[in-house]
Amino acid sequence: MGVNAALRARSVSVWIGRASILTDVDLTVEAGRVHALIGPNGAGKSTLLAALAGDIRPAAGNVSVHGTDLNAWKPKQLARERAVLLQENRVSFPFTVDEVVRMGRSPWRGTAAEAEDEQAVADAIAATELHPLLERPVPSLSGGERARAALARVLAQRAGILLLDEPTAALDLKHQEDVLRLARERAHAGDAVVIVLHDLNVAAAFADTITLLENGRVVATGTPAEVLTAERIRAVYRQDVDLVPHPATGQPIIVPRR
Amino acid sequence: MTADTSAARPAEMPADTVVAPPGRAGRHPFRTRKAVLFTALAVALVVVALISAGTGQLPVPPHEVVQVMFARLGLDLGIPLTHPNAEQALVTIRFPRVLMGLLIGAALAAAGMLMQAVFGNPLADAGVVGVSSGAALGAATAITLGWTFAGQWTVPLLAFATGLATVLIVYATSRSNGKTEVVTLILTGIAVNAFAGAGLALMTFIGDTSTREQIIFWQLGSLNGSQWSQVGIVAPLVAVGLVVAFLSARTLDLFSLGERNARHLGVNVEGVRILIIVVVALLVCAAVAFAGIIAFVGLVIPHLMRMIIGPAHLPLLIASVLGGALLLATADLFARTAVPLADLPIGMITSLVGGPFFFWLLLRTRRKAGGWA
Repeated sequence: MGVNAALRARSVSVWIGRASILTDVDLTVEAGRVHALIGPNGAGKSTLLAALAGDIRPAAGNVSVHGTDLNAWKPKQLARERAVLLQENRVSFPFTVDEVVRMGRSPWRGTAAEAEDEQAVADAIAATELHPLLERPVPSLSGGERARAALARVLAQRAGILLLDEPTAALDLKHQEDVLRLARERAHAGDAVVIVLHDLNVAAAFADTITLLENGRVVATGTPAEVLTAERIRAVYRQDVDLVPHPATGQPIIVPRR
Repeated sequence: MTADTSAARPAEMPADTVVAPPGRAGRHPFRTRKAVLFTALAVALVVVALISAGTGQLPVPPHEVVQVMFARLGLDLGIPLTHPNAEQALVTIRFPRVLMGLLIGAALAAAGMLMQAVFGNPLADAGVVGVSSGAALGAATAITLGWTFAGQWTVPLLAFATGLATVLIVYATSRSNGKTEVVTLILTGIAVNAFAGAGLALMTFIGDTSTREQIIFWQLGSLNGSQWSQVGIVAPLVAVGLVVAFLSARTLDLFSLGERNARHLGVNVEGVRILIIVVVALLVCAAVAFAGIIAFVGLVIPHLMRMIIGPAHLPLLIASVLGGALLLATADLFARTAVPLADLPIGMITSLVGGPFFFWLLLRTRRKAGGWA
C-alpha cells in the first residue's frame, strides 16, 4: 500500500478559531484509484481537500505527495504533480474560456512538456464539450458552464493527482455523468483521483475507495460495499435508508425511507 | 447545450464584454487589435510629445523639436532653428516636463493595472485607494520638516515609505477570501484618504509659506517646474518598476482565477503579491514625489485598454504604459494651453475626466453585481 500512495495524510488535525474541523485524519490515496470523500454537511470534506491541496496548513499531522512533505515541494513542481478543482471558480476579469483553459498549462511553461500544450488543451476542451463557448468571457457564463471551464483547465494541467471538490454540484445530469466518467478514466490511466461527493449512489457507482467523514473524523474507509451499509448511513446521516438492488445491474441503491 | 438552468444568464453579460470577432484563430485573441492599438498609441504618443514640447510662449515647429532632440543625442539633422532661444527653452524647460509627464503617466497606469490584478478588482487605483495621498503625506512631511538626510532622494524615499505602508494597510484590511469587494475597497480608500488628508492638513498648517505652497501644489498635481534632476530620479524608479511588472505580467493572469487556484497552478502567491505591492509603491512614489496627486490615470487607462484588447496582462501592461503616457502628455498640453498664460493643475484635469468615468464604472459594477457588495 505504501509504495503506491500518491497522496497521504497522517493524523491531520485542523482548527479554525477554537473549532476543531478535522481531528486525527488519516488518508491514503493510491494511484489508479478514484477515492471519494463523503459525509454530511460540515463533516470536513472540503477542509480535508484543502489540507490535501496545501491551502490549509494542519495544526497537527502532515500531508505528503509521492512521499515528500507538502511543504517541501516547490509550488511549480507540485503543480506538475497535482491539480485542484475548487467549488468556487470566479474569474476577476473577462478572460475567455479558451484563455482560462490555457492557464492550466502554465506550470509546464519552459519545460519539454510545453510541446503537449495544444494537445492537452484540445483534449480538455473536447472532454468538457466547451467548443461552443471557447470565445465567451468566463464571467458571462452560468455557474455550470464556469464549472466546466474550470474542470477543463484542471484537466489541461495533466497532473497525476486530481483533487476535485464537488465537481458535480453545479452540473446537470449529463455533465455530472461526464465528469464522473472522466474521473474514472483518469484513474484507469494511472492517476490518483480524490473527489468530494454528496450523492452516496454516485460515490458507490464511481469510487474505488470511499472515506466517510463525520464531525471531522474518519468513520470508515474501504470499498463502497464495506463503507455504505444501511446501519452506518443511518448513524452518520441520521436518516433511515434502504439498500435495494438496481433492477438491471443488481447493484445496491441507497433509498431514503420516506 | 443542456448544461445550464440559469435563466438569468444573458442578463449577467457585462455591458463592456469584449466579444471576439468571428473566424479568428483561438490562439491569439485580439491579435490584430493589439497590433493596431500599440501602433496607434505609439504614434499618437510621439506626435503629442513633439507638439507639447513645441508649444508654449515660444512656439517651436515639430521638426525643429526633432532637430534639437537629436542634436542633444549627438546627431545633427541639419534643420535650422527659427528662433535662437528655441534650443534653450526646449532643453531646460519643456523636455524635462514632457518626459516627466510620459514617465508619470506610464507609472500611474501600470501601478493601477498591477493593483487591479492583485486586488482582483477593476476599481483599484492608487488615487482611489489612498496610496497617492499616503505617498504625498511622506513627501509633504519631508518638505515641511526640512529633512534632507538622503539628499535629493529624501522626498521620494519618504514618499515610498509611506506609500508602501499605505498599500500594505489597504491590502491587509480590504481583502477577504483572496479578493476585495468593491464596497470594502472604496470604504478603505475613504478612511485612508481621510487620515492622509489630516496629515497633509497638519503639514500645511505647520509649514511656512513656501512649503505650504508646495503642499497645495501636490494635492492639485502639476508638472510645472519639472527639472532634469527630477527626471533623473523618477526615470530609474519607473524603469525598475516596469521591468518587474513586465516580468510578472503572465503570472498576474493566474491571479484572476483567485489566489487558491493561482497557487494550485504553481504560483508562489505570497511572494508575487508582496513583490507587486512593493512595485506599486515604487511607481506611485515616483509619480507623486515631484508631481503630486494625479488621480484616476490608473483607473481609466487600464480599463479602456482592457475593453479594447482583453484582460491578458502582458499586452494590457504594454497598452497601459503607452496609454498612460499619452493621457498625461495630452492632459499636460491641455493644462498649459487651455487658458492663456495660466498653468492649470494637471491633477484637476485628470480628475475632471476620471471622476465621471469612475462614477460610470461604479454604476455598471452595481448593476452587474446586483448591489454594492
